[in-house]
Amino acid sequence: MTEQKSLHEPLFHISKRAALPWWKAWLIRAAAVLAALVISSIIIVIVVGENPFKIFASLIDGNFGTSYKFWTMLENVALLLCVALAVTPAFKMKFWNIGAEGQILIGALAATACIMYLGDSVSEVLLIVFMIAAALIAGIIWAVIPALFKAFFNTNETLFTLMMNYIAMNLVVLFINIWVTSGSGVLGVLSKGHFPVIAENKSLLTVFVVAIVTALMFVYLKYTKHGYEISVVGDSLNTAKYSGMNVKKIIIRTLALSGAVCGLVGVLLVGSVHHTLNSSLADGRGFTAIIVSWLAKFNPLYMILTAFLVVFFQRGANQLASDFYASRVTEDFGDIIVGIIFFFIIGCEFFIRYIVKFRKKHKETATASDFLSEGDNVSDGQDNEPAALKDNALKGEK
Amino acid sequence: MGSVISFLSGAVRIGTVFLFGSTGETLTEKSGHLNLGIPGIMCFGALGGCIGVSMVGSVTFLTVIVAMLCSFIFAGFLGAIYSLLTVSFRANQNVTGLTITTFGVGLTNFFGPRVNDSAFFAASRDHFTHLFGFYKDLGWFGDLFLSYGVLVYVAIIIAVLVSLFLSKSKTGLHLRAVGESPATADAAGINVTAYRYLSTVIGSGIAGLGGLFYIMDYLGGSWEYTIDAMGWLSIALVIFTVWRPNLGILGSILFGALYILAYYIPVPTTYINLLKMIPYLVTIIVLVLTSIFGSKNVQPPAALGLNYFREDR
Repeated sequence: MTEQKSLHEPLFHISKRAALPWWKAWLIRAAAVLAALVISSIIIVIVVGENPFKIFASLIDGNFGTSYKFWTMLENVALLLCVALAVTPAFKMKFWNIGAEGQILIGALAATACIMYLGDSVSEVLLIVFMIAAALIAGIIWAVIPALFKAFFNTNETLFTLMMNYIAMNLVVLFINIWVTSGSGVLGVLSKGHFPVIAENKSLLTVFVVAIVTALMFVYLKYTKHGYEISVVGDSLNTAKYSGMNVKKIIIRTLALSGAVCGLVGVLLVGSVHHTLNSSLADGRGFTAIIVSWLAKFNPLYMILTAFLVVFFQRGANQLASDFYASRVTEDFGDIIVGIIFFFIIGCEFFIRYIVKFRKKHKETATASDFLSEGDNVSDGQDNEPAALKDNALKGEK
Repeated sequence: MGSVISFLSGAVRIGTVFLFGSTGETLTEKSGHLNLGIPGIMCFGALGGCIGVSMVGSVTFLTVIVAMLCSFIFAGFLGAIYSLLTVSFRANQNVTGLTITTFGVGLTNFFGPRVNDSAFFAASRDHFTHLFGFYKDLGWFGDLFLSYGVLVYVAIIIAVLVSLFLSKSKTGLHLRAVGESPATADAAGINVTAYRYLSTVIGSGIAGLGGLFYIMDYLGGSWEYTIDAMGWLSIALVIFTVWRPNLGILGSILFGALYILAYYIPVPTTYINLLKMIPYLVTIIVLVLTSIFGSKNVQPPAALGLNYFREDR
């Protein structure tokens, strides 16, 4: 009986799908989000003991309830989107820059340093110019260091950029301690280096800047020679080399761009959003942005949607924490829901890319090799599966 | 002398958190999976252990065993989610790992304050922090070698066992083959999927014990949220020790020493962060040096971070 079984196909096998129509792919994703929300609701009912619809109403209120909440939400979407845009060119190249957090912080630190050291001696306009320049340069330096080592020595960039985050974080605390002589370790609100406020709306500038960056990045990735080179390097390093592309130069150039955009986020955070500096200024965006970018399949326009999805639950969770204070709901609940939704979306991508075929009940046609092995299968375990063996042998050659 | 001993034993204690994390992560990475979810997994392991303690209360040594089991199961559960998504569903490892971290930290911070912690302090004092009650009679020797809680010794034993497993056993050899070249391992008849699942789940479970140790031993049973920072240091330690858990024992003590150095030498508080930066800096230096000069023995597993699809060729 077992011998008989070993002749059959495995229970299921997986093969790549031909491209799925876009609406079917999005239907699967929507179903995944819905399933995630159902699971989240069950958790809400069991743990918090609240009506899940009240929770979701509170989530919506937290994002759209007042004009202030709405603009704060937009500002947060813009910031997260901008970080996602920053990491995208590198990811398309399969360069795993998980150091965006550090690149933002170092940009913010450079901008703050401008305020601290130049704030009193130059005009406000000039100061802002210096801040932007310093932040971009700092971001570029922080991203190019791992890129150089990757390009010349093939140093693992994931781990390198990860470590750079914590060096940046410690540098920020170090400088705050140097600047704040009282020893409190908290830098108050800075009076200088405020970016102009458009139409009396503090968030508008950030949203506006990021909208431009989004459009530029979309064009850069899709319609320029650089963007094309990035795609080629990402898809096949050897193709890029054989066609004469200077891969080292592309890696360094792309990471410089990544770092510059992260630096921009840093200077926006200091100059327009918070007007201060602390080590959690980036607020985990460097990590979340990776997921945002990946879920959007590295497409800047989809990223608006995925960034919104994340911010919606994060902002909403803040509202939950105040609305359901009695049930001991904290902002961390947002992370749980976001985590569950991400798991489902990450998981469902598999079913979009692949098709799972289950074993049919009866084989319609038995091939010659099946008969052969049926006779031979006493000799050796591996001989039972000639097809599988051949499969493996081919792979071994590869 | 006394302060040197207390410095060293302090380094061993905080280093144990890193040792658990890095041993678990090494086991996972040897299968070719870079699990960036370790910080979240360590948090969740801590939560699991605390739930175990609050269920049993501070009764006997049983408390420790139940806590370790719960911690292992909770952390292993997140490891299983990670494996399901990356091994079976072939999702990107970095993205999945970071999501696990977000999720694990969120879960822990949300549920942590809900755990009944009335038994924590007693459990920690009576069962976790000192395995050998007689260490005080042995002077500096006792302080340096016998003054620790049971989990410190467990960490060292696990590190030695994992190290022997990887270098000496046949299964360990297979596991390394899976991490170096899954296609070759597959062709040789090794079940790549099973190896990757098991090494990730067990590795996560081991890392989870680090969270339990931090709460119940190092902090003496008080709840805290900053375990994820320890998780990132653990990942750094994996690189620093070039994927060898036996070196990890020394490496963890060194990282621990750097971590607490600021409390022992007279550094102006302003510059403490220069010291705190050192573990990350030396990790980068090790990473760079091994990539420039490294022989084959100190490289990351060749397939680290790459998913294996038998159908893709």
